[in-house]
Amino acid sequence: MELIDQHTKGIMEGCKERARDAGLRFQDETLEYIVTNRDLLELSPKQMIPTLYDYWVHDVRLLQERGKYELYPHNPYETVINTRPAVSFYNDNNPDWLNVMIFYHVLAHIDFFQNNLYFRNTWEDDFAGQALSDKRVIARLRSEKGRWVDYVIEFARGIDNLVGYHRELSRGHRRSVRRPNRVDFYFDVFLQETQKVSVADYVKEIERYNACRREQAHSAEDAFFSDVEKKFPEFHSVYEKHVKQKQAPCTDLMQHLLERSPKLRLEENRWMKTVLQVVRNTSLFFQPQIRTKIMNEGWASFWHELLFLDDDRIRGHEVDFARVNAAVTSLSRIGLNPYALGMRLFAAIEETVDKGKLSYAYQRLQDTRLRQQYDTKAGGGRAFIFAVRENFCDFTFVRTFLDQDFVDHHQLFVAGRRLNREKGVWEYFIRSRKALDYRHMVEAELYHPPRIEIESDKCREPELYLNHVFEGRPLVKEYIHNTLLGIEFLWGAAVHLETTEAVPAPGAESGQVDERASIYAEEAEVTPKFRWERVVYTVQKRKMTRRVL
Amino acid sequence: MNEKDMAILEELKAKGLTPEQEERFRSELAGVEVHRVPEPGAGPRGAYAHHDLLDLQDFPRPMPDPTSRLRGIDELLERDRMREKDGFPRKIRVGRMIKPGRGGKDKVVVVPTTVEEKLIHDTRYPLAGEEPGEGGSGEGEEGDVVGEQPVRESEQGQGAGPGQGEGGEHDVESSAYELGRILTEKFELPNLKDKGKKRFLTRYTYDLTDRNRGVGQVLDKKATLRRVVETNIHLGNVSPEEAVDPTRLLIAPGDKVYRVLSREKDYESQAVIFLLRDYSGSMSGKVTELVVAQHVLIYSWLLYQYARQVETRFILHDTEAKEVPDFNTYYNASVAGGTRVARAYQLVNEIVERESLDRDYNIYVFHGTDGDDWDTEGKETVPEIERMIGYTSRVGVTVIRHAAERKTEVEKYLEASGLLENKPDLLQMDALDESADEPRLIEGIKKLIV
Repeated sequence: MELIDQHTKGIMEGCKERARDAGLRFQDETLEYIVTNRDLLELSPKQMIPTLYDYWVHDVRLLQERGKYELYPHNPYETVINTRPAVSFYNDNNPDWLNVMIFYHVLAHIDFFQNNLYFRNTWEDDFAGQALSDKRVIARLRSEKGRWVDYVIEFARGIDNLVGYHRELSRGHRRSVRRPNRVDFYFDVFLQETQKVSVADYVKEIERYNACRREQAHSAEDAFFSDVEKKFPEFHSVYEKHVKQKQAPCTDLMQHLLERSPKLRLEENRWMKTVLQVVRNTSLFFQPQIRTKIMNEGWASFWHELLFLDDDRIRGHEVDFARVNAAVTSLSRIGLNPYALGMRLFAAIEETVDKGKLSYAYQRLQDTRLRQQYDTKAGGGRAFIFAVRENFCDFTFVRTFLDQDFVDHHQLFVAGRRLNREKGVWEYFIRSRKALDYRHMVEAELYHPPRIEIESDKCREPELYLNHVFEGRPLVKEYIHNTLLGIEFLWGAAVHLETTEAVPAPGAESGQVDERASIYAEEAEVTPKFRWERVVYTVQKRKMTRRVL
Repeated sequence: MNEKDMAILEELKAKGLTPEQEERFRSELAGVEVHRVPEPGAGPRGAYAHHDLLDLQDFPRPMPDPTSRLRGIDELLERDRMREKDGFPRKIRVGRMIKPGRGGKDKVVVVPTTVEEKLIHDTRYPLAGEEPGEGGSGEGEEGDVVGEQPVRESEQGQGAGPGQGEGGEHDVESSAYELGRILTEKFELPNLKDKGKKRFLTRYTYDLTDRNRGVGQVLDKKATLRRVVETNIHLGNVSPEEAVDPTRLLIAPGDKVYRVLSREKDYESQAVIFLLRDYSGSMSGKVTELVVAQHVLIYSWLLYQYARQVETRFILHDTEAKEVPDFNTYYNASVAGGTRVARAYQLVNEIVERESLDRDYNIYVFHGTDGDDWDTEGKETVPEIERMIGYTSRVGVTVIRHAAERKTEVEKYLEASGLLENKPDLLQMDALDESADEPRLIEGIKKLIV
């Protein structure tokens, strides 16, 4: 890995000026490296972060199994990494015009990283530097604790998709949820809704409270409530219950382990927390990236095209550019290309706003011809897409802007797959051209880790009870045992996982578990013969048991 | 479904079938046709399969040399052994086949692999209430077919190119031998008794195999050129930055390499392994994967035990059996047909008889099936097995159940025949269910072989 030469760096600086003039905002310093194939071999298991901690699994070929991106929510072949200064990687024999195109693409990525609010928790960090110090910490621990460090890394990575990314994100925005005040609760909820006291009694209580305030300035509340508890002995427990209900259940398993695990609390296990923290931070760092893939690539493609064609330095390479650009950003006949989809969506949004179509008047319009011709010359589209790149993530982006007009204009469709037995081929056919179906298809493909809530009142101390909230898909069954084993190791006591599983429906063939049927339902024209069942897995002393609820 | 199978089915029906059996057999004929080991990366690309470096900069996907990964295997296995000692399940898997070749060059190799388990959604299941689908764009009405993708690669595809088939075969063998060593040493698979280790020298052959520098009979041009270049690198006449100028190269007398006629020992193969695989309609998904994985392991282990002196024969069967020439075909072929186990055993018996294999070889037969058989009581199958164990060293049957609880036909009639108890040293059966992992497969091999 070496830095690009001065000539190429000069081109990059030229690109920066032009990108800035166009409105992109990014930090001035960037680092560009030439990478060889060999470098890539080492970089890609480390998610392109050269300084990431060492872990033996990086050296083993991982099974390329299904749901890979659910397991590894990051891009193993990213060109730009979101750190300060931003680092990007290049092939060493790119011609200048191609570098110009890639530089614009990279600059738009950097703009996105540094302005999109989903990345806000990464703004203050030089992640590569932080990773380097983490790497050293882990190396030092490894020299002390040997292979046990690797076990802890392994178990921590086993749950690194359960990190409560959104909670961390909203911490900076939301005012802290106030613990409902005891006085407010007593007067607003308890007396009125629970006890349903008469107005006269209610007023009397208020007077009594005010009297307490007058008499004892400091301990007024305590004095007041000591009387209340004589009258309503159950008040205290009702109040506690209410407080508990108001608190959202914790879904950040890693944080929960860090704060509450009886095992990690022990002095001799304190070092494990460090490892957990490193793994958690690494995971949190990558989270916004996977959640903005379509937008990020779309934004970068939108700008590289715009800026390249305006660049006066590389006249004469329009055809070369067109060829590369088309290969990257053309809509695939079958498949979902984030570059193509995102880029067109940004362009469509800009046009919609420019023509004033983002308005009630337009929405109300029924006539197709009028809709097509609609143009109020409102303008402001460019500013609007800058706001979109700041405030949206893939899910909200697709959900808000992917409408029927867009689907029609770009002739998008949802393809189904069926088996043609005579020809021995899978046939892809157009299943639907409805925007709603298309949107559902995209949404179903987006990264979505399972929601696992921690419910401490469902088991005895010091055990741990995890509740998988069923959202239409079960967990990968083969992985449950080893993951729970790791959680048990980190928790130090029995761990339960409540989840939903497919079991053969009573009407199904004798004993034939028709999991197969469901998997191949799309092609075999077999109606899936299974129903959902809630089960609890328990791992205690490394042995797993399964119980049907 | 073909007519032949239907005819057989009619025949069976005439002999009397329960409605439940008939339905199951029929469903097998109409069965899901995909039970090849799924290939990664096949099919349309999703949103997360696009990467800047690969798409925008056209980087080739980095592909490590699989054999370099094997070099570190001892260290990895040591780690795995420690895991077991520390009370955690093993994590390194070997024997998984991958195909790193690009542009149709299929190479089959064995590499250590692992998987990092997490709690993630199983995307094999479509979201409740949603139909699975892909994105797409372009012309066409709803319902139009817009693309096709072959269910399986054409069988002719492999081995057609010059030297390719050979190479592929060789690759299996070289890494399989390594794998056999690992299995024996690390997974404590038993060593065979001495008979397997003896090498019989049958004859001497004469060939131009030895090399001699300076003088000899035939000049080996390639080897000579290599030495010439080596010499000149030392002399500083060749540098990697510049084009080579052949006129400046010096040739030392010792650089000339000749082939000399020499006497070679030709060892006789010690064992013949028949690998039998059910590829009928019911063998969908995981079942086939498990059978093939186990057969790779068995094959590797025997290869090591017999110090490479092993011949392998591959037989596939549905209602008919056929022999296929190489492992790739064996590994990849699939059809939707019925199941008649007897035919496969019959074919083995025929081959052994025709080629008089039983006179010179230790014969092993390994059969992998999901246990469905149209010959529900084993009337045809059991006699064939009895004939077979007359000459084999071991017959091992692996039954992979679709459902853990239900005993399959093959299990039922094998148990009823009493052969399992009477001839435990000749016939072994192992039943596992679909969710079995690699350690379980290796456990199964112990059961089949020991």
